[in-house]
Amino acid sequence: MPRKSDVGAKIEDVGIEIDGDVSDSEDDTSRRRGNRRPTAGRGGARGRGKKPADEDEEDEEEEEAPRNRRGANKKKAAKSRDTDDESEDDTPKRRQGRAANKGAANKKKGGKAQDNDEDSEEEKGNKRNKKGATGKKGKEEETKDKKGDAKGKGKGKEKEDEKDKKKKKNSSDTDSNTNSEEESMSEGEMERLKEEVEEKKKVIAIMRNKPWRMKRRLVHLKECQEFVDKFEGALGKGKGRKFYAYKVMMTKKWIKFQRDFENFKTTCIPWERKIKEVESHFGSSVASYFIFLRWMYGMNMVLFGLTFGLVVIPEVLMGLPYGSIPRKTVPRAEQSTAQDYSVLMDFNGYCKYSVLFYGYYNNQRTIGLLKFRLPLSYLMVGVGTFGYSLMVVIRTMAKNADVGGGDGDDGEFTFAWKMFTSWDYLIGNAETADNKYASITTSFKESIVDEQENQKDENIHLRRFLRVLANFMIICCLGGSGYLIFFVVKRSQEFANRDDLSWYEKNELELIMSLLGLVCPPLFETIAELEEYHPRIALKWQLGRIFALFLGNLYTFLFALFDEVNNKLEEEVSIRNASIWAQKEYYANFTLYNNDTDTTPPPMDPSDVIRGPCWETAVGIEFVKLTVSDIQVTYLTILIGDFARAVIVRFLNYCWCWDLEATYPSYGEFDISGNVLGLVFNQGMIWMGAFYAPGLVGINVLRLLSSMYYQCWAVMATNVPHERVFKASKSNNFYMGLLLLILFLSLLPVVYTIMTLPPSFDCGPFSGKAKMFDVIMETIDLDLPAFLGTLMGYAANPGLIIPAVLLMVLAIYYLNSVSEAYQHANAELKKKMQMARDEEKNRRNNTESTDQVMKDLEDLLPNRSLLPPAPPPETGADNKADQGGKSTKVRPGTAGKDVNLQKDVSLSSPNPNARGAVTRPPGPRGPGPLPGNGQQGPGGGPGRGRGRGQPPPRR
Amino acid sequence: MGNKQTIFTDEQLDAYQDCTFFTRKEILRLHGRYHELAPHLVPMDYTNEPDVTIPLALIVSMPELNENPFRNRIVESFSEDGAGNLSFNDFVDMFSVLSETAPRELKAIYAFKIYDFNVDNFLCKEDLEKTLNKLTREELSPEEVTLVCEKAIEEADLDGDSKLSFADFENMITRAPDFLR
Repeated sequence: MPRKSDVGAKIEDVGIEIDGDVSDSEDDTSRRRGNRRPTAGRGGARGRGKKPADEDEEDEEEEEAPRNRRGANKKKAAKSRDTDDESEDDTPKRRQGRAANKGAANKKKGGKAQDNDEDSEEEKGNKRNKKGATGKKGKEEETKDKKGDAKGKGKGKEKEDEKDKKKKKNSSDTDSNTNSEEESMSEGEMERLKEEVEEKKKVIAIMRNKPWRMKRRLVHLKECQEFVDKFEGALGKGKGRKFYAYKVMMTKKWIKFQRDFENFKTTCIPWERKIKEVESHFGSSVASYFIFLRWMYGMNMVLFGLTFGLVVIPEVLMGLPYGSIPRKTVPRAEQSTAQDYSVLMDFNGYCKYSVLFYGYYNNQRTIGLLKFRLPLSYLMVGVGTFGYSLMVVIRTMAKNADVGGGDGDDGEFTFAWKMFTSWDYLIGNAETADNKYASITTSFKESIVDEQENQKDENIHLRRFLRVLANFMIICCLGGSGYLIFFVVKRSQEFANRDDLSWYEKNELELIMSLLGLVCPPLFETIAELEEYHPRIALKWQLGRIFALFLGNLYTFLFALFDEVNNKLEEEVSIRNASIWAQKEYYANFTLYNNDTDTTPPPMDPSDVIRGPCWETAVGIEFVKLTVSDIQVTYLTILIGDFARAVIVRFLNYCWCWDLEATYPSYGEFDISGNVLGLVFNQGMIWMGAFYAPGLVGINVLRLLSSMYYQCWAVMATNVPHERVFKASKSNNFYMGLLLLILFLSLLPVVYTIMTLPPSFDCGPFSGKAKMFDVIMETIDLDLPAFLGTLMGYAANPGLIIPAVLLMVLAIYYLNSVSEAYQHANAELKKKMQMARDEEKNRRNNTESTDQVMKDLEDLLPNRSLLPPAPPPETGADNKADQGGKSTKVRPGTAGKDVNLQKDVSLSSPNPNARGAVTRPPGPRGPGPLPGNGQQGPGGGPGRGRGRGQPPPRR
Repeated sequence: MGNKQTIFTDEQLDAYQDCTFFTRKEILRLHGRYHELAPHLVPMDYTNEPDVTIPLALIVSMPELNENPFRNRIVESFSEDGAGNLSFNDFVDMFSVLSETAPRELKAIYAFKIYDFNVDNFLCKEDLEKTLNKLTREELSPEEVTLVCEKAIEEADLDGDSKLSFADFENMITRAPDFLR
């Protein structure tokens, strides 16, 4: 087998080289010239080189061959031929050449210091021959590789060879020799050496990307490293030398550090194994959710660090303790119930007056010994949260878009893609694999049917109609749910003024929203089945729809909230007056009772002070409540919908009238869309609420953490793989897009409140200011040098801002048009490729037709038409055999080439048989149907490809 | 820790890290897995690079490959002797290429090798048929198989030789949305 594959590799080697050429150069003729040149050159080289006598014969033949081929080429030039075949013809030739040269080259090799392209190739050939099967293969791959390299391939090859030589020299020569060489190095040599060292380094850097055998890689790596080690130190002179050595050492250290850091980093990636396990059971689509979850966890950890590090912990450590001022104390009226469980669960009582919420923070400019500017920090963290999130999301999206690259037009490669990329290589579970097999088979069948019915339009119309219908129904659903929410919000506003509320009436809004969240997605899924999209596309639609639903909910909720806030703001004005009045009253009473106007009265007990409604805390509480109820609903759904179901199905199956596992209830599938959206919306809540409830970020981190373990367990324990297992794209930019959208949407209300609404007068870090962002102004005025303040004033001048905005708009416009131009160019190139492809196909067909015409013409020749068709092939075969014999005779001189030789014969001999008639007509010119000539003809036709495909089966 | 260090020398580990997409720990784990497959064959000490190979049958029994329809081809194309016997080097190589971090280009090369059942560096019709039959567990009728193969070749064949060279394959596969890992 290895032996055989060697032969195959050999043949294909050349084939591939030529392929590379084909793709590289567009010009047919130049290509041909390129192909011919080495042969001719080699012939020349052989001419001047001394050869053993027995090679003469072969040489003659060799020389004849190019001539003939040239003739053939001329003949075919008008027809503009495919080079592939020619290369095929070249194959034996080249090999022969190489083989023949081997002896000579070997003789010459010792004395040769300077080498040109040709020689290097010869040498390579020699080396190749000498090496074992694998070595050859490797070399071949290397050649291929080099061809693909962006840098000039010829140059690269030359260099490589040079290097090889050098290496050889180095290894063969004694060390002292090399050393002396080093010492006597001239500037130019030094430069060259430097370049080589750089080259080697590059090789080391990209070693892992080379498609080589590991052993070869290791050996090569070692060689390169040794080379670099040896010569790197030698570079640079005198003072520079030392510095250079130092630099080299430092880079080495740096690389080592980087690697260690990389190692460290990968060990820090949490849940890698867990996710992989899920991946192998459920395919990458389910895993994509968990990867997304992990990503969210990472982002939230940073937000958590920001919020807790800069706001919560300083407040806890350095701020005034609980009970010191009114905003940090539970009012007397609430104190009796402040510790009740139900109150705490509603985040009232002690929860409300804790660091978790906005209201607890004091408006002292600086706190503690460190003079920590808490209000400023609070605002900065609030804004920074959004800034960081935006940056991270956009950066991840950009990175993903870069990785994606899947810009292929749909339908261009339907079958090929299906065939080569439909298997999910991560599947490691038998059941999933079964499902995958089934889904692949169905998808193939579907596309076969599609292909067959491509012309028929009714199907498409029906499908379109169904899709429109489905969308209509879903829009109806969305409208209905939107109205329902609107209605409930209205009702709840009515309820807000009443006290005698039942539990249901109190929680109506939340209940309805959760219910909608539970009912609508499955409904959408059912409707979506009408559409018959590919599951991946269906998932996106589903996500988009549920997103719209949730968005409706969210915004209704927000509007309700704004109403509440406005009410509170109105209320606040009166309370403010009341509280000031109460304060005065208190003092008045104090002086009245004590009859002592001189002593300042002790401050009022903080729990007795009348205080405003503090709308910020109210908003924060709403968000926290929403988040917590969301967590509860999610977890309960998993527990009931998945776990309980699985338990029932599993254990009741023993005593049930039908098969529960296989039929109706069955086990649940993991709901990717629902979970992703849940996560995204949850994040939206966090973003919106984090400003008013810093503790929310902490709650969210806990949620994500627990959710990771809980859901991993749930999915492994209770769910079954999807019926239609499909692969999620690694670049989950769709999720990211949703996240970005929700980020913008949650940014709006928060920024609006920060910029326009006045903060409460008696709670929070911004109390007493007209607007929250006044804290920045204050800092600029008080803490920064005056000129900076004026500078800021200038910067905030509309006269500066408007041009800046204009400039940005212009930049966006410019970049946009540039990218459009690129896209255009891209499309153009694509079109060109398509055209080239079509042309190729046409040409193929044309050659066939002309061949056919030629054939007919030939048949019409008087003597030909009389002759029975058999004889000509015979002579051809004869000739062939002759030649074959000759070449076999030659062969022995070339050790280890027997297999190849046989290959040659087998390759060439069948062709004349098939082709006799065609090559014949230009009779005089092509007397000896050479392998090259013989094959060229049929190559034009469809048989050509088959001719090339022959070798494998023959083996 | 000391125990683990003796499996490879530091230089070896560094070399492996240079040549693969793995970290130190992962390489050691890979060795663990390799050792697990044939504890009596594989030594725990790899400092002197023993010449040990594990036959194909053992490799494909790994859970990572067990369900893969192309498992034999994968192992074969990574084995140095072409028959499926993997030395540790080949083993590491295989997982390196299959790992997430390997670039698409490299994956494309090996994917091509894997799909090239008859090792002639071209994907011809037989290769495609075999691929398809493995993918669908031979549930398609012969006509369907032929149709699909012809279609696939027609779609992807740029130079019109009715089989897919690597250039064709690469052009096709690198644009596939599914070819990611």
